[in-house]
Amino acid sequence: MAGMGRTFAQGIWKENPVFRLLLGMCPTLAVSTSVQNGLGMGLATTFVLVCSNVMISALRNFIPRQVRIPGYVVVIASFVTVVDLVMHAYFFELHRSLGLFIPLIVVNCIILGRAEAFAGRNGVAVSLADGLGMGLGFTLGLAVLGSVREVLGSGSLLGYPLFGPGYPPMLVMILPPGAFLTLGLLLAGMNRLEERRAIRAGEKYEPPREMDCGSCVLCKPLASLAPAPPAAQKSRNSSE
Amino acid sequence: MTLEPGSGPDGVPREPATPVAEPITPQDLIVSASPHVHAGQDVPWIMRQVLLALLPGLLAGLWFFGLGALRVLVLAVAGCLACEWACARLVKRPATLRDYSAVVTGVLLAMNLPSGSPWWLVLVGSAVAIGLGKAVYGGLGYNPFNPALVARVFLLISFPVQMTTWVVPQGPGTALDAATGATPLGAIKEAVGLGRTVADAGAPGLRDLLVGNVGGSFGEVSALALLLGGLWLLWRGVIRWQVPVAFMAATALVTGVAYLVDPAHYASPLVHLLGGGLMLGAWFMATDMVTSPVTRRGLLIFGAGCGLLTAVIRLWGGYPEGVSFAILLMNAATPLIDRWTRPRVFGEARKLYREADAA
Repeated sequence: MAGMGRTFAQGIWKENPVFRLLLGMCPTLAVSTSVQNGLGMGLATTFVLVCSNVMISALRNFIPRQVRIPGYVVVIASFVTVVDLVMHAYFFELHRSLGLFIPLIVVNCIILGRAEAFAGRNGVAVSLADGLGMGLGFTLGLAVLGSVREVLGSGSLLGYPLFGPGYPPMLVMILPPGAFLTLGLLLAGMNRLEERRAIRAGEKYEPPREMDCGSCVLCKPLASLAPAPPAAQKSRNSSE
Repeated sequence: MTLEPGSGPDGVPREPATPVAEPITPQDLIVSASPHVHAGQDVPWIMRQVLLALLPGLLAGLWFFGLGALRVLVLAVAGCLACEWACARLVKRPATLRDYSAVVTGVLLAMNLPSGSPWWLVLVGSAVAIGLGKAVYGGLGYNPFNPALVARVFLLISFPVQMTTWVVPQGPGTALDAATGATPLGAIKEAVGLGRTVADAGAPGLRDLLVGNVGGSFGEVSALALLLGGLWLLWRGVIRWQVPVAFMAATALVTGVAYLVDPAHYASPLVHLLGGGLMLGAWFMATDMVTSPVTRRGLLIFGAGCGLLTAVIRLWGGYPEGVSFAILLMNAATPLIDRWTRPRVFGEARKLYREADAA
């Protein structure tokens, strides 16, 4: 049980899919225009994630390795269809505002990622905890992003106006650039918190390498070119 | 960029260093031991030159728009300085207020705003310019985009109403405090959009465009004053000619072809050159040395790209003005242009260099 608790907690904070793994960026950036949309999308994904994790974990010894990805997709797509139909029937407004992104849960890489990395190798109970943790972590991320964007971009929270009619909404925040700006600043804030925690605990803090400017596609080849002249020299010698 | 004449290591007066354009003689290739003569150029010097060069444009803006423009200017500069200080404080680095870079950003931002902007618009713009345009990337020299333009586009997308409420200059002595109206390019775009001709738009004449007696952002109206400042920067060696010339040439070429094909629906290239923010953009924003390419060939490509995009957005895009979008897009392409136009290392064979590049 302790393992289940830890697995669950990991999804919420330490391996939060939005802020730590940076998975599922397409729905994250697209539907987090308001808290309501974020919560709806997050909970729908959580449902699919939990169900598919349990199902795939239970079937993990019966699915041949060679065809496991199509197998996972079939399982995931079935649950997405369930969510799609239920939301269409009972939450019509939400379904309409999320639109295409509900069917697109099928290709959400969090779900396939957890199926491949976790549920396909672990027991049913732990997979359930993992799905729940990851799903709620995703929901949390979307809700935080959504609240920042809704407050700034529409001047309201959960649909209730906050600042009165004099407030000019900052439209860019509910447009795609606002999603990137908010996510980037939140990530910076998360890293800052992590740094402070590490320093307080006396550990050495290393910023995530993949966020370094030097590891960007544009800079990488340039940096790796630095020791290139000897290689060029060699090939010239060999060609002579 | 001329070097100050100094004396060689043995005290013999030496010729001033040759400008790059002249053929290089063997004497120029001699590397002498230190101490070397410093040209005296540093960041504060360059920023002061830019500020001086902006002065004619600023004065023209103040003349046409009056105290409202002054208020925007003061707010923007103060906001940028305060934000610069706060950002430096946040990451515990020494504040770089004295290098004038935040002042330049503030002045450029103010020149890109309507002179009747509400105070919060200016302050949000300052925070975005310094915070999101510069500080998040690591400060001056690390920003991929021109900070003032980042702020302008942010505001334009966020607050389209406030950002397009243009004050039309009334001149001193009129009874009105202020009147609002369309910019020349906006009027043309609207008229053509309604199926009428350019002549119907009632846009001001070329002389008004040259002097600046038209509606628009506070600092963009007077093409002549901006051109003067730009030429001064060129003469002082702060900017290079490739960007503004390529920028204006590309704009003139595309709009000129369109004008020749259909003069009823496309304004003449002169209107496009003198109207809108083209002069401000071409001389002061696109030439930002942090966000433009390094090589001469790269600068030409960069400027031509800016001009082409500007013309395309103005003629066929959704906005009447495209200078800021064009420059930001080309800013994004700058690292690629730099990679593409990297000069060959002296003595390196052409083909092998390509191989090394591909590897």
